[in-house]
Amino acid sequence: MNGIVLAAATNPPQADFSQDNVWIVIGKAVLILICALVSVIIAIWFERKVIARLQQRIGPNVRGPMGLFQLVYDAMKLLLKEDINVRRADKLVYIVAPGISVAASLMVFAVIPVGGQVKIPFTDISTPLQLTDFPVAVLYILAVTAVGVYGIVLGGWASRATYSLLGSVRSTAQIISYELAMGMSLVTVFIMSGTMSTSGIVSSQEKLWYCVMLAPSFFLYIISMIGETNRLPFDLPEAEGELVAGYMTEYSSMKFAWFFLAEYINMLNVSAVCTTLFLGGWRAPWPLSTLWDGALNTGYWTILWFLAKTWLLMFVFVWVRGTVVRLRYDQFMRLGWKGLLPLALAWIVILTAIRAIDEFTDYHFNSWAVPLLSWVLVVFLIIWYWPIKEPKEDATPAEDVVIDPFADGFPVPPLPGQVLPPSPRSAGEAITVPADTVTLPVVTASEEEA
Amino acid sequence: MSAMTTLAATDPSLVMSVPEQILFWTVGAIVVLAAFALLFSKRAVVTACAIVLVMVGLCFLYFALQAPFLGVAQLVVYTGAIMMLFVFVLMLVGVDISDSFIETIRGQRPLGVLFGLGLLACLGGAVLKSTMPPVQGIPQDPEVSNPSALAEILFSNYAFTLEITGCLLIIAALGAVIMTHRVRLTKRITQGEIAAIRLRDGMRLTPPPAPGNYARHNAADIPALDAGGDVIEDSVPTVLRMRGQVHRLKGVAQDLLPDEVPATRRPDAVPPAGDIPAVAETPQQLAAEAEAQGRKPEAGEGEVKS
Repeated sequence: MNGIVLAAATNPPQADFSQDNVWIVIGKAVLILICALVSVIIAIWFERKVIARLQQRIGPNVRGPMGLFQLVYDAMKLLLKEDINVRRADKLVYIVAPGISVAASLMVFAVIPVGGQVKIPFTDISTPLQLTDFPVAVLYILAVTAVGVYGIVLGGWASRATYSLLGSVRSTAQIISYELAMGMSLVTVFIMSGTMSTSGIVSSQEKLWYCVMLAPSFFLYIISMIGETNRLPFDLPEAEGELVAGYMTEYSSMKFAWFFLAEYINMLNVSAVCTTLFLGGWRAPWPLSTLWDGALNTGYWTILWFLAKTWLLMFVFVWVRGTVVRLRYDQFMRLGWKGLLPLALAWIVILTAIRAIDEFTDYHFNSWAVPLLSWVLVVFLIIWYWPIKEPKEDATPAEDVVIDPFADGFPVPPLPGQVLPPSPRSAGEAITVPADTVTLPVVTASEEEA
Repeated sequence: MSAMTTLAATDPSLVMSVPEQILFWTVGAIVVLAAFALLFSKRAVVTACAIVLVMVGLCFLYFALQAPFLGVAQLVVYTGAIMMLFVFVLMLVGVDISDSFIETIRGQRPLGVLFGLGLLACLGGAVLKSTMPPVQGIPQDPEVSNPSALAEILFSNYAFTLEITGCLLIIAALGAVIMTHRVRLTKRITQGEIAAIRLRDGMRLTPPPAPGNYARHNAADIPALDAGGDVIEDSVPTVLRMRGQVHRLKGVAQDLLPDEVPATRRPDAVPPAGDIPAVAETPQQLAAEAEAQGRKPEAGEGEVKS
């Protein structure tokens, strides 16, 4: 393990912000804000288009090329709708809650490295494509997400409605349970990279991405990120069939739009975090990264790879939504607490043991030990939990009771353990047609052709 | 404060810069206001929100003091986990009106004031008597990053303490699990078994019909009509039926109903006495009922609610 893993484990270089001044910082912040809002518009269009294709529909196609402006119309409609305030609502909390959601969701991108070091055109200033970074940047992301949940919880509570309250209670329970599994999968990345700064984690993935090296963590993160963003199949806080719209039932117009906005920005956030932590961040995928002395891994090219990976994960979101049905609440909780969490804990213990042996003893693992082990674990789990349809044991007794299906005057299908009397037709008896039945003229093939 | 001003003369790098001062005074004001809200609010959820605000403010101050790990830990642990659990419980229990101000323990309040004043005296004395050590900047050592330095101290000097605390937490969690555990006395009935029972006993397999179907109004307290114009009693939630809050349809076009429908099955028919309490029918009756309960009849009460 001394090759790949340990080399990365000793303080990988962080992004260099030394040349940034106030104007660059403000410029980056404004750019992030604009890009996030534009991405939401694209994301909603993308989701509607892709889900339509998955369901063999066309999707929005009237407004603008390929229906691209549909969302502008939708947004205008939302803005111009009547803004209804529930009379019994807790006024202040009711109005502030959507704001908390949006504000928290917008803060995550501050520490996401969208690209590597670039030179700002027409100047000599070189700066990383990232607003800021500090030694605990990933923990900051977790913290901000935790604050964002308050928007959902307080919004549902302040509406003073049963469905809203149920939605927000579910949401709280969901976030508490799935944030644990998510945090655990992140801890393995910290153990392997030796840092919690996002740019440091990206630079420690120079040789091997963590989605290959830490495959179980990667899959754990993918599952819990869908749970964290309340998306199908984990969209229990807003389950339409059960809770109308969950925590946002009593919200309308712009306040509803804010919740909607926050949900989509959060999708982008977790995708971006997954890209950064597991998919190599802004690094080019393998065959491309070797071309032209790694020129594709520098400058503004890096944005392309980052965006490609993030939108690939956005596609996964939509794909899962179009494929899997919603879980029942108890199934969902069982998956989180009895499935994902013990698995994540066991995986952390294994990894820590490997790291400790490597670090504190004379024995050193081969550099492929961890990736190999992680994939063996993944394959093992898949085989272990693969649903096998056991052949149903025949519970019916050997001799079935023959019933008279017309006993009560109307036909009744047989229950288990009962059989119908043999059909008269199966005995090969000739079916007699009553004399007054009108027989239709039979058209034979030869006549039809003629 | 005096220590800071004296030091400002000696080392200019240790003075708060203007942006830092703006941050401090803004956040400080918000935190103090939130703390007062926490003290004087009568509603439990508002109190919880105030605590959250205080913690977010503290997190900002930690960041300003170049202790990002502490700030983030404050946010993740206290705001994200502990306060969330508090809010969760508050919402489940439903403490949203106000706490009662009845003393449950005799003499609790004067004792509380006494102890509070005592604490204030102790703390005040300690603060007044203490001397501020000279301000030191944080050593800018890139090798020792914030979390790793903290980890080094925690896991070398205080490793045993940490282990003990961990054990304590696990015991507490185990205790909570055991105390809330109930032995299941009956067999657990699964969704499939319920469906089988319903099928066997000829019960309704589908969800009950939604209230207001085929009705003039789409409200939960108006029973649905089936395709033949009959009232479906099941369509009104059981709670409303037990409270006697079912609204009869007054405005349904009687002449649209076929003549064969017996009078007892018409939408405005009085339900058979028995399991369902009698319902006030006409506006006059409703108004009389409202007056009997000592409240002003609301405008439009007695008409079918929309």
